[in-house]
Amino acid sequence: MEHHHHHDEGQAAPSEIALRVKALESLLVEKGLVDPAALDAIIDTYEHKVGPRNGAKVVARAWIDDAYRRRLLIDATAAIAELGFGGRQGEHMIAVENTSDVHNLVVCTLCSCYPWPVLGLPPVWYKSSAYRSRAVIDPRGLLAEFGLAIGEETAIRVWDSTAEVRYLVIPERPAGAEGLGEEALAALVTRDSMIGVARLSRP
Amino acid sequence: MGGMHGLGPVAPDADEPLFHAPWEGRVLAMTLAVGAWGRWNIDASRHQRECIPGPTYLVMSYYEKWLAGLTALIAQTGLATPAEIESGRPAAGAPKLAPPLTADRVADAMAKGSPYTRREGAPPRFVVGDQVRARNINPIGHTRLPRYVRGRQGVIERDHGAHVFPDSNAHGAGEAPQPLYGVAFAARELWGESAAARDLIHLDLWESYLEPA
Repeated sequence: MEHHHHHDEGQAAPSEIALRVKALESLLVEKGLVDPAALDAIIDTYEHKVGPRNGAKVVARAWIDDAYRRRLLIDATAAIAELGFGGRQGEHMIAVENTSDVHNLVVCTLCSCYPWPVLGLPPVWYKSSAYRSRAVIDPRGLLAEFGLAIGEETAIRVWDSTAEVRYLVIPERPAGAEGLGEEALAALVTRDSMIGVARLSRP
Repeated sequence: MGGMHGLGPVAPDADEPLFHAPWEGRVLAMTLAVGAWGRWNIDASRHQRECIPGPTYLVMSYYEKWLAGLTALIAQTGLATPAEIESGRPAAGAPKLAPPLTADRVADAMAKGSPYTRREGAPPRFVVGDQVRARNINPIGHTRLPRYVRGRQGVIERDHGAHVFPDSNAHGAGEAPQPLYGVAFAARELWGESAAARDLIHLDLWESYLEPA
């Protein structure tokens, strides 16, 4: 009988690495080195609680509240904490603002540093060799691969996260978003725009 | 790998799942949960992943690297023996411990994080606006001074205060905090005339990476 591959995980045979991970977890649990419920809670945190919707709320607040925007640009860690976000991989935050004249782009050429409390865990492309190598030397060519054309009349500022300082891009508020409330504005803000690989389009 | 060519195009996936298979999430969670024992720090775990030989590193997936790093650190620090890791079973008579990170403490632990600023450390040698040059140093161990700025001139843009020094901390030689600065380099200083005239590359660099220019 012909073998059909099923893509739902319940039916696929576990891969070699899945088995190795399972064996390691079982060892760590049996030795009392980890609490399996704590592992579930960590995964749940990044699957359901901490992600780019947090950053979107920060951006929307900065758009509608100029005093907040100024606090965010002066002390992003404190301003982000005002909205209840902070902690692991966001201990020292800096917000950088896109304007008609300046486009900001965030990378970690050395590994995969990323502002977890506001953006969650990084996507695969952010951690890829292609992105890490080219963001600093060829940002325009790289952004073109994301479908974003930035001319030389706009200065690009690339932020290479070499220390424990993490960067959040405040994208430009799209034209046509006048009159929208904070929540509706937050809904327009994408993860990619807060890394600097996308601009926001009109609602 | 900043500034290397030939590593291919970026392939963003609009519908990327957070974890591509459940084991990736388990590796992330185990790394954080075992890290709570405090047997190593974030710099040591980064260094461990850097110790993967280049050709292997380039073909491993992200969480494969994390798994390799975690397994090596567990063995090095004696939290489990290589034989236990190989078999997936505790050695006969091994004591059962109590994990420091329990489910009820996860939310607090993640929300608290671990700040890297320190009060101690020498007063800063540079001030905002100073011209500096990234030193041409090539340490064999862990460093956060990317090769592409070594020997290049930039300007101090921000004083971040004293931060834990990874080159020391990664090797168990202490936190040795020193001033950390935001330094801006003109793209043309790094890449030559073909770079756009107004583009800047910003890095956060520790004081001992820098000399006056």
